[in-house]
Amino acid sequence: MSVVTAKTTRKGRGTELFLLILALFAVLMAWVLVHVGVNGGAGASHILPNNFALVSGAAAVVVLVLHFGVRFLAPWADPLILPIAVLLNGLGLVMIHRIDFALVARGGKAELTGQMLLTAVGAVLMLATLALLRDHRKLRRYTYLSLIAGMILLLLPMVPGIGVTINGANLWIRVAGFSFQPAELAKIFLAVFFAGYLVAQRDNLSLAGKKFLGLQLPRLRHILPLMIGWLACMGFLAMEKDFGMALLFFGLFVAMLYVATERVSWLAIGGLLTAGGIWVIVQLASHVRARFNVWLHAMDPALYDAQGGSFQIVNGWFGMASGGLFGTGWGRGYPTLVYASNSDFIISSFGEELGLTGLLVILCLYLLFVARAFNAGLHLNDGFGKLLATGLGFVIALQVFVVVGGVTRVIPLTGLALPFLALGGSSLLTNWMIAGLLLRMSDAARRPFTPSSTPLSSISTGQLPSELREDDTADSAARATEPGTSDDDDQNTQLTEVVRL
Amino acid sequence: MNPPLRKLTAVVLLMFLTLMAAASYIQFFRAPELNADSRNVRTLYREYGTDRGPIVVAGKPIAGSESVDDPYKFLRTYADGPLYAPITGYFSVVFNAMTALERQQNSVLGGSDDSLLSQRISDLITGKQPSGGGVELTINPAAQKAAWDTLGNRRGAVVAIEPETGRILALVSRPSFDPNLLASHKKATAQDAWKELNADERKPLLNRAIGGDLYAPGSSFKIITAAAMLENGATPDGKVAAPDHYTPNGTSVAISNPGEERCGDGSGQVPLRQAFLQSCNTTFAKAGHDLGYEKMNTIADALGFGKSLSIPLQVRPSRFPQPQDLAALAQDSIGQRDIQVSPLQMAMVAAAVANKGVLMKPYLVESTMTSDLATISTTSPSEYSRPFSAQTASALREMMIDVVNKGTGGRAALKSVQVAGKTGTAEIKAGVEPHSWFVGFDATDHPKVAVAAFVENGGDGGYNAGPIAAAVIGAVTK
Repeated sequence: MSVVTAKTTRKGRGTELFLLILALFAVLMAWVLVHVGVNGGAGASHILPNNFALVSGAAAVVVLVLHFGVRFLAPWADPLILPIAVLLNGLGLVMIHRIDFALVARGGKAELTGQMLLTAVGAVLMLATLALLRDHRKLRRYTYLSLIAGMILLLLPMVPGIGVTINGANLWIRVAGFSFQPAELAKIFLAVFFAGYLVAQRDNLSLAGKKFLGLQLPRLRHILPLMIGWLACMGFLAMEKDFGMALLFFGLFVAMLYVATERVSWLAIGGLLTAGGIWVIVQLASHVRARFNVWLHAMDPALYDAQGGSFQIVNGWFGMASGGLFGTGWGRGYPTLVYASNSDFIISSFGEELGLTGLLVILCLYLLFVARAFNAGLHLNDGFGKLLATGLGFVIALQVFVVVGGVTRVIPLTGLALPFLALGGSSLLTNWMIAGLLLRMSDAARRPFTPSSTPLSSISTGQLPSELREDDTADSAARATEPGTSDDDDQNTQLTEVVRL
Repeated sequence: MNPPLRKLTAVVLLMFLTLMAAASYIQFFRAPELNADSRNVRTLYREYGTDRGPIVVAGKPIAGSESVDDPYKFLRTYADGPLYAPITGYFSVVFNAMTALERQQNSVLGGSDDSLLSQRISDLITGKQPSGGGVELTINPAAQKAAWDTLGNRRGAVVAIEPETGRILALVSRPSFDPNLLASHKKATAQDAWKELNADERKPLLNRAIGGDLYAPGSSFKIITAAAMLENGATPDGKVAAPDHYTPNGTSVAISNPGEERCGDGSGQVPLRQAFLQSCNTTFAKAGHDLGYEKMNTIADALGFGKSLSIPLQVRPSRFPQPQDLAALAQDSIGQRDIQVSPLQMAMVAAAVANKGVLMKPYLVESTMTSDLATISTTSPSEYSRPFSAQTASALREMMIDVVNKGTGGRAALKSVQVAGKTGTAEIKAGVEPHSWFVGFDATDHPKVAVAAFVENGGDGGYNAGPIAAAVIGAVTK
C-alpha cells in the first residue's frame, strides 16, 4: 500500500463551489439553447423559458444544499465528484426535456417532472449516505449481509406479482405504481460484499495453491464461495435475460479480485469464465443471440428490417453521423427518430445534437469521475476502502463502456442506463448513492493524518521498512477512532506484505 | 493494492479510448457514408428541411419557404403556382424529388453552394439557422401574365426573349399545375395531386416551352429557309420561283401553296418578299431543295438546332436531321416532315433576326443572392452564335414587317409599336387541327422582345397565335 505523508492541506470546498456554479451555469444555458432551438429561435423576447427564474433558483438552492451538506458532512471530500455528478445529471435532464417536446408533440407523456423529482430524491439520498455513514469501514461489518441483500435484489424481478418483463428481459419490479430495476441497487451491495470478502481472503486467494503454467491457481476451498456467488449471479441474470448486467457484475468481480490479489492469473481465469458465461447465455437466451447477430451484421438490410433487428442501433448511428463533429445544436436534430432516445440511446441523442465534441466531453466527464474514485482508492489506507472505491469507480466505468460500447458497436448492445444521464429512476438513485459513498471515501483519503496518542498496534513495526510502518500507524489510528473495526484481516494483509518482500 | 489499481486505471483509460475511437469512427470517418444511406431519413429531413431561399421575379418571391411545425420545419410555397410552375418546378418532400429550377439551382437555394461559403461560416459563428440563397429571374411579370392570359385554356407555350441580351422575359406552358400541392408535406395531398396530374390527358406536367414535346414549326420555319436563301445570293426584291404546285424529284406528292392559292401574280416568278408575306410553300420548298442540306443546316445549326442548351433548365434540342432524300429536304424547308422544334428555339430564331444576326444565349437566372438578398453573382449576357449577316437580318426584318402589315400576320399588329413576324400553321395529319405559330419581335431600332407563341392543335397560326405574340410584345414595349 502506498503511503501518503504529505496530505493535501486544502479541503477543496471553494473549488467545488466554483465548479458547481460552472456546472449549474452550463446546464441552465443548455436549457436556454433547447428552448431557442426547439422554438426555431424566433422572437428575441422569448429567449428565456417562462419559468426560467423559478427553476434556475430552485436548481441553485439544490446545488447549494448539496454543497453545504458536503461541507459539513465530508469537508475533505474530493471537490470534483459532486460537480461532475451535478453536470451529468443536469445535462441528462436537459436532454430529457428536449426529447419531451417531441414526445408530447406526438401525443406522448413528458418525462421531465418524474426525472427531476428523482434527481431531488437522489440528492437527498446522497446527503443521507454521507450523514448516516460517517466511516465507510463500518460497511465491512455487513459483508455477508450485503451478499444476501444483493442476491435478494437480483431475485426480486422473478417474484410473481411484482416482477415485470419489458422487452424480453425480466429486470423490473413494480410496486405501488413505481417500477424499479433492483439490479442497479444490487451493484452497491455486491461491491460491498466483494470488497469485504476479498480483503479478508486476499492472501488465501493470491498465495495458496499450486502453480500451473506460471499462474498461481487458488485452492478450491478458497475459491468456492466466490464461485458460488458468481454462478448464482450469472444464473439469475441468464434467467432474467440481461446480458449487460451479467457483464457488469462479472467485470466488477474480476477487477476487484485482480486489485485485491495482484494476481494476473485471476484475470486469465476471469476471461475464460466470461467467455464461457457469454457462450452459455447466448445458448440459453435467443434474445441475447439475436443481439449478437445484430452486432455482427448491423448494416445488413434484411437484418435492418427484421423484427428485433438492427433498426434501433443503425438509427442511433444515423443520428450520431448527422451530428458530425459539432452537432446540430440543442433542439435542432431529430434524436427521437432513435428508439429510447432519452434512456438506453441517450448518448446518440447527445452525439446528434452536441456532435462528436460534445460526446467526447461527456466521456471525459465520466473518465474524470472514475479517476477521482480510483484516486480515493489509491490514497485510502484501509484495504476495504481501497477495494470499495475501486469497485464503485470501476462499476461506473464499466457501465459507461457497456452502454456506449453497445451503441457504438464495440460490443453487442445491451439495455443499461448511462449513469446520471439516462432516464430511469433506479439507476439515478443508485448512482447518487455511489457518489455519496465516493465522497465519504475521498473525504477519508484526503483528510490529513493527525498523529494520535493511542497505543500502537500489537505488531511492532520497528523493524519493518518505513513504508509499511506508516501504513500500519494509519491503520492503528483508524482503529483507535473506531474501536469496533479492529480486524485481523488487515493484519494478515500486512504480514503478507512482509512475506512478499 | 496500488500497483494493480494503477494498472486498472490504465485498463479504464483504454476502455474509454476505445469508446472515443468508436464514436469518432461513426461521427467523423463513417459519417458521410451513413448520411448518404438511403435509410437515413435525417438526410431527407435536412436536405428538405432547410430554410430554402426564394425564387424572385421583379423583386417579388414566386417561391419561398414558410416555417411549419413538422420534422421538415419548412414548407415550400409558390405564389402564382401554375403561372410559374414550368420555371420553378416543384420541391417535394413526399416524393423526394425536385424539378426545374428547384433542382438546377438547388445548391444555391439549399445553401450548399460554394458561393455561399462565407455566409455559412458567418451563420456558424453567429449561430443563425443556416438558410439558402435566393435566385432572381429575368422574367418580366407583365409579359408572363400577358402570355398566360392570352393563351387561356388552350394547350401551348410562349417564350419571350430580350434580343440584345438573351434574357428570357416570359416562359409559359399551359395547361400547368399547382406546385403547392406536390410540395405539400401531407402524403395524401401530394399523392392525389400526382395521380391526377399524371392521369390528365392534357399533360399538365409537360413543359411545352422548352421541349417537353417538340412540334412541327410549319411556315414559321421559312424564316430559316429565307435566311439561307439571302445568305446565298438572294435579295428581298429578287425574283424567286413560285409555281402553283411543286413536285420535288423522287416523289409524286406535289407541294401546293396554303389554300391551293396562287403565289403572287401567277406568273411562277415573284419577288422573295412577296413569297414570304404570302408564305408560298412552293417557293421555299424548291429553294431548300436547290440549296441542299448543308447550306440549310449551317444556319439551323448556328441557331441551336440539334444542340442541348441549359438556361439553366435543360432545353430539349430541336431537330433538323439529315433528310433521307431531296424530296424530304423540300418538305423540311417549309417546316414539315422531320423538323421538330421547341417554342424556345423559335424565339431564338426571332431574337437572332431582331438582334441583327447576333444570337445571344438565352438565360433565366438574372442573379444569385445570399439569404439576405445581397447579390453574389449576376449572369452576364453572352453571344451564342452569328447564324447570318446583319444584312440578311435586316432583309428578314423588312419581310417580317410585311407579313404583319400586309400578309398572314395581321392579327399580331399593334398600334403602339411596329411588329415583325412570321406565322406558322403546321399540318400534322388529316383530321387533326394544325399547330399554330407566331414568331416575331418589335421592329424598332433596339427591339425589346422576341417572342414565339405556340398553340397545340390551335388551327391557323396567324389567327390563333398572332394575338398572343402581340399581347406579349405589347406588355414589354408598353
